Amino acid sequence: MAIDVSKITETISWKDITEGCKIEAAGNSRMFNTGDWRVNTPVFIEEKCEQCLLCVPVCPDSSIPVDNYKRGEFDFMHCKGCGICAKVCPFGAIVMKMGER
Amino acid sequence: MSIRERLSGNEAVATAMRQINPDVMSAFPITPSTEIPHIFSSFVANGQVDTEFIPVESEHSAMSAAIGAEAAGARSLTATSSCGLALMWEVLYVAASNRLAIALALVNRTLSGPININCDHSDSMGARDSGWIQIYSENNQEVYDNFVQAYRIAEHPSVRLPIMICQDGFITSAAVENIELLEDREVKEFVGEYCPDSYLLNSKQPLAVGPYAVSAYCMEAKRAQLEALKNAKQVTLDVAKEFAALSGREYGLFEEYRLADADYAMVIIGSAAGTAKDAVDQLRAEGKKVGLLKIRLFRPFPGEEIAAALQNARVIACMDRTESFNAQCGPLGAEVKSALFNARLMPVVINYVYGLGGRDVTVESITSVYADLIKIDQTNDAGEIYRYLSLRE
Repeated sequence: MAIDVSKITETISWKDITEGCKIEAAGNSRMFNTGDWRVNTPVFIEEKCEQCLLCVPVCPDSSIPVDNYKRGEFDFMHCKGCGICAKVCPFGAIVMKMGER
Repeated sequence: MSIRERLSGNEAVATAMRQINPDVMSAFPITPSTEIPHIFSSFVANGQVDTEFIPVESEHSAMSAAIGAEAAGARSLTATSSCGLALMWEVLYVAASNRLAIALALVNRTLSGPININCDHSDSMGARDSGWIQIYSENNQEVYDNFVQAYRIAEHPSVRLPIMICQDGFITSAAVENIELLEDREVKEFVGEYCPDSYLLNSKQPLAVGPYAVSAYCMEAKRAQLEALKNAKQVTLDVAKEFAALSGREYGLFEEYRLADADYAMVIIGSAAGTAKDAVDQLRAEGKKVGLLKIRLFRPFPGEEIAAALQNARVIACMDRTESFNAQCGPLGAEVKSALFNARLMPVVINYVYGLGGRDVTVESITSVYADLIKIDQTNDAGEIYRYLSLRE
């Protein structure tokens, strides 16, 4: 009955798309590429980063992964390039590439 | 055993609703459909149904509550008219695109303005492209029968779309007629229990209803929705066949009345078809080859079948009970002409606007239309092809 969510991709035929675009599964929004809406792109300069993690909670798209109290590279499949992280960073460890994906 | 009764069209619909015993009704009163939730809420108060009745604050809320209830897994319905349907506009599309088999009892009334409470089809014709199935009724018996069949069409696995059962405001909704009702048990068995495949209140299966579809999905979603609407045509016929076996009353996509050998055909929707049949009988008695096609299913539009039924007609009158302000044709005229063109048929088609805001339709006025058609054929001059009937010049 429940469909395999991994089969809902941008190449799906209209014959296979779920009724009313229903998604019969939970926790799958990370599977959908919304990062291609981005116009400006943040650049993470790791050597300047002090791992204060101020950038993490302000990201509206949860696109800064944290592992063992350390942030890593941006999740560009979901980052929209809003630039809030660059604004809050006290160390200049995030700069925005304007007009670039 | 059928039960002989005499009921108004609104009472007939409310009776069908009681026999169906749906899970949720959300409604807001508006003339001339107010009686339907009014009567139905008395069934709720009397314990004759176990429906959850939600008196909402507007028609937008009525449809939104029906959408929420249907998505949750409840068989849901509402009733409205005119501006009430217009206020539902935005969410009508949401009900259809989310493939929710809600039933709506529509009592046709004109849209303002000028403000007027009487019958024409501007409300439902405005909503004709919202993705809902639309079925129209000529009289009280038909609106009862159509409502009993509604969920069987809407909930069919190949369809799963909302359905609008329309009747003419006051003309049938308030007029009392003889009617044959099915027994409660027969209706319950015919309609059956609602067992949706997926629903929000199913704790075993997480479900997202109505997610955002980016450009990569939106067109595919619409095409799939179209397929479901197309499927409704065959399902309507299948359900009608079962209903005929139960009730003895036969329905199709449309009704042909003395049409097979008619040179002069009228295509019409709703209660005026009854008046037109009297005109046809009188003219046939005079030897005039006139006939009638009464639309039952308007969405999906059975264009191929209608073109085939009209293939022998020399001159056709399309009767639109609405003005759609495109300065060319009415919605029925557009559909019929499109269907004829697709079938490579080129009869003369005159589009009449009639009965707006409750303007009387009489045997005489319909007879004058047939007289126009005959004259056009004899003079080979169509003249004005977009006309108003019974208008003071």
